[in-house]
Amino acid sequence: MSWAFLRDLLSGVNKYSTGIGRIWVAVVFMFRLLVYVAAAENIWKHEHDEFECNIKQPGCENVCFDHFFPVSHIRFWALQLIMVSIPSLLVVFHVAYRENREKHHKQKLYKNPGKIDDGLLCTYLISLILKTGLEIVFLVLFYKLYNGFKIPRLVKCDIKPCPNSVDCYISKSTEKMIFLYFLVATSCLCILLNLSELSYLIFKYSTKCYLKRHMKKQQ
Amino acid sequence: MDWGALHTILGGVNKHSTSIGKIWLTVLFIFRIMILVVAAEKVWGDEQDDFVCNTLQPGCRNVCYDHFFPISHIRLWALQLIFVSTPALLVAMHVAYRRHEKKRQFRKGDQKCEFKDMEEIRKQRFRIEGSLWWTYTSSIFFRLIFEAVFMYAFYFMYDGFRMPRLMKCNAWPCPNTVDCFVSRPTEKTVFTIFMIAVSSICILLNVAELCYLLTKFFLRRSRRAGNSKQQPNHENKEETKQNEMNELISDSCQNTVIGFSS
Repeated sequence: MSWAFLRDLLSGVNKYSTGIGRIWVAVVFMFRLLVYVAAAENIWKHEHDEFECNIKQPGCENVCFDHFFPVSHIRFWALQLIMVSIPSLLVVFHVAYRENREKHHKQKLYKNPGKIDDGLLCTYLISLILKTGLEIVFLVLFYKLYNGFKIPRLVKCDIKPCPNSVDCYISKSTEKMIFLYFLVATSCLCILLNLSELSYLIFKYSTKCYLKRHMKKQQ
Repeated sequence: MDWGALHTILGGVNKHSTSIGKIWLTVLFIFRIMILVVAAEKVWGDEQDDFVCNTLQPGCRNVCYDHFFPISHIRLWALQLIFVSTPALLVAMHVAYRRHEKKRQFRKGDQKCEFKDMEEIRKQRFRIEGSLWWTYTSSIFFRLIFEAVFMYAFYFMYDGFRMPRLMKCNAWPCPNTVDCFVSRPTEKTVFTIFMIAVSSICILLNVAELCYLLTKFFLRRSRRAGNSKQQPNHENKEETKQNEMNELISDSCQNTVIGFSS
């Protein structure tokens, strides 16, 4: 089980998306998934081994690392990527349900099972709202957990069994910060894309609805 | 999940590229991505473990490494490759949009649509003209910009393209000035020069492709202007038809040169 599953999922979602949805898939794939796998994962590979405290007291380093990194940044992002891609499954399931229904009744119930209208539109809007919500939740959680979007070179730790206050040094802090900013920026870009897709769909279908009613009244 | 997925995406764009574009794609995959994955990652694999400083002061090594390598060469190249490959997606999206329009025309039963079935639409290779020309040209332009920016950033960050053996560090908590030794500096220098050279070749290929597209554009325009000035007569129509056929033949010959099958 690897990221290939997520890649296949995203390609499947692409089929039933709007134009902006496809741009979102491209951004998630190229700038988040690929950067995560090809670059970011390796930076955090030996973070625990490279975390060094100015003390010989056994256990102090372990305790301090655990205190400052309750969840490693990289695992947090992996979770975020997975959670943010899952709402798109709702759309895929709904289309599969429609096609199944047509097969079951052995007649054409929908003009096009993959076209975004009526029920599928609701599902699509819900998935967009969920995606945006999850992105914002993860960003806020990250900010709260790590006291902002920064990775300092030095952290001071005074938890037992460390005697007094001890200097601990985080490895590759600049490189980690560069990738942190990059991933936060792409997260914000994805939020913007989701919001614009949401407003585009609401605008498009409300004008369609309004025109239909207007035509009916005229008739 | 690896660079193979990128290959799948870009391979699709390959069909609609010029022959120089196909050469660029080959150079990108064989000389850059493959070298990055197969060789360079192993060379830079132990960069922090084997970065040794002449001090026992805990934390000094971490801080000095962070000071001299704000971002590892390998990660910078990976980012460069991702950014440089992204403009090709613009072309892929434009082609997909055109295909979608043709499918819509076909479904409506438009008389103008010259395709017999959906398979033909799916397999059709679009010529680089009209709005696709503009998308393609801007994608090459962005590629050039990204390559140049990353090369400059590399030069600026590492003061040149050489990896020194010894670095002197006096960042806190290192007491005074401390000697720090980089692991495998010569091998890293060799790979750095190789990657920079291939980057420059890619820039040259992009510039050549840009010139080729511009030349083709202006030639086509002048030919069209020339044809519209002449009196419409039967012989000229036949000549222009023959010209177009010759163009098509020469284009299809050029495009079966190198490149991935898509």
